[in-house]
Amino acid sequence: MTQADPFPLSAEAGARPVRRRPRGTGFKYWMILPAVAVILLIGLFPVIYTAMKSVQNITMFDQDFSYNGFIHYKTLLNDTRFWKALAHTLIFVAVALPLELLLGLAMAYLFLDRLPGRPIFVTLLVLPVLVSPIVAGATWRLLLDNRYGPINQIIGWITGTEQTLLWSVDPNLVYPAIILAEVWQWTPFMFLLLWAALQNVDQSQMEAAELDGASWWRTFRLVVLPSIWPVVAIAVLIRALDLFRLFDVVWALTKGGPGTMTETISIYAYVQGFQQFETSYTAAMAFMVIIILAVTVTIVLRKIEIDR
Amino acid sequence: MRLHPERGLGLSLRLVLALAVLVFFLFPIYWLAIIAFKTPEEIFAYPPVWVPENIQFANFLVLFKDGDAETVFNSLFIAGVSTVFAMLLGTMCAYSIARYRTGGNLFSDWIISNRMIPPIVIVFPVFLLFVTLGLVDTYTGLILLYTAFNLPYVIWMMKGYVQDVPLELEEAALVDGLNRWQVFVKVVLPMVRGGLFATAVFTFVFAWNEFIFALILTRNEVTTFPVQVTHYFGGQSNFWAKIAAMSMLGTVPIFIVVAFLQRYLVRGISLGAVKG
Repeated sequence: MTQADPFPLSAEAGARPVRRRPRGTGFKYWMILPAVAVILLIGLFPVIYTAMKSVQNITMFDQDFSYNGFIHYKTLLNDTRFWKALAHTLIFVAVALPLELLLGLAMAYLFLDRLPGRPIFVTLLVLPVLVSPIVAGATWRLLLDNRYGPINQIIGWITGTEQTLLWSVDPNLVYPAIILAEVWQWTPFMFLLLWAALQNVDQSQMEAAELDGASWWRTFRLVVLPSIWPVVAIAVLIRALDLFRLFDVVWALTKGGPGTMTETISIYAYVQGFQQFETSYTAAMAFMVIIILAVTVTIVLRKIEIDR
Repeated sequence: MRLHPERGLGLSLRLVLALAVLVFFLFPIYWLAIIAFKTPEEIFAYPPVWVPENIQFANFLVLFKDGDAETVFNSLFIAGVSTVFAMLLGTMCAYSIARYRTGGNLFSDWIISNRMIPPIVIVFPVFLLFVTLGLVDTYTGLILLYTAFNLPYVIWMMKGYVQDVPLELEEAALVDGLNRWQVFVKVVLPMVRGGLFATAVFTFVFAWNEFIFALILTRNEVTTFPVQVTHYFGGQSNFWAKIAAMSMLGTVPIFIVVAFLQRYLVRGISLGAVKG
């Protein structure tokens, strides 16, 4: 073997291409260099920069670059608006995510067996996922308009009396409105993933379970769920992270209102950073969010791996 | 064919349910579309008009006349160029990781963890950085940001596709005297063509639909279409016709692109969790 290449020739065919260091491994580093440089600039730099700014005291009026200790973090701990924003965000995650998962699963079952026009159905159902979230929010604002929107009209038909529900203002209705828009846009995402996963469930195991007379629920729990679990886990993770950063739909529907009732973490950070120009305070908040996320995701991932 | 189809709900019942589901998910898009074509009288008719009497294009023409429609071209340019960069840099990186295990698992995990950081956290320091560098409200700024934002996704996806390429082909090419870069360009890239395509579509869609970065990092020179849509929100008097027409201008192109690429949908949307 004269070639000092990274690929094990026939002797190790089928083995993974990991290597005895070949000559000129510089290549593999040159290949990652540009990507890493860009990610460092826009991914890692901001995190470090945020951490730095968070212990200074920069506001719109005061460019104070001196070390200021952890004052902003202390303020943050006592900032009820921050904790409320966190709570609102978690409410959206806790309500919208299970809804999307269950509805998506139900839809996946609905379209699992042969159905006339199934490919067309599936393609059309995925359209909401492709709409820009800000457009989705705007669309629901039009749909939910108290006078010129069709939703109140439909509710009026059902109840028999004219309805003028103020979906984007009434404290009792803003949450349902936002969650409705979220569920509308992202249930198809869950559906698509679960539908694909269900098709990969081992049919022979299903048949064996049926022959044994196992109930539907038992078959689901013991055969189907273990098989689709990896996909469910990643779908839930993606959606949970997306919901945690929820901004666009709320922005379009309520802008966090009425008052600060539907303000999410992202919206509160936006207000502090780009409307109040509390640079250091926002930095502390951003860094806090990174820590909360990192800890949560690490714990969840550990948990999932242990469960397996 | 599945066993015991008769055990499930009856076919006709499932068909009715399927249609009901379809109506729920398509009705909002239908409503947006008809508002874009309605006259102001019909938009603000009470009770709401479900099927407009006369379709007219005035709402769109206004957007072109006022130059608002240019924001769609801004979106096209920014999303297009950043997609090309992200695909190029990301695929190179993915190849190195897939074939040489560069950086080990830790490096891969770090790459994907960048995807999890909420945009609002990134955008704040990036905004301050861009002010210093004079990149606020420039094509360069947004292109750079979207490239970086999409790189973890591209690397993650392309890693999967590169791993599917049979190693023997690359070995043969090396024996034939191609250097490693040539192997990458001439052997690997053609083999992962489908994956490149699928990944590029979703990279493009992310950049095209993105709102927070664009909201904060553009003023009026390079406004993208989602930001333009929100310019019409205003207290009591929303410019409904403009919101709807602008939204349609930004939505229809994506529908058309994806319609041609349905078979890549599942894998692309699921970060490769489902191999399709």
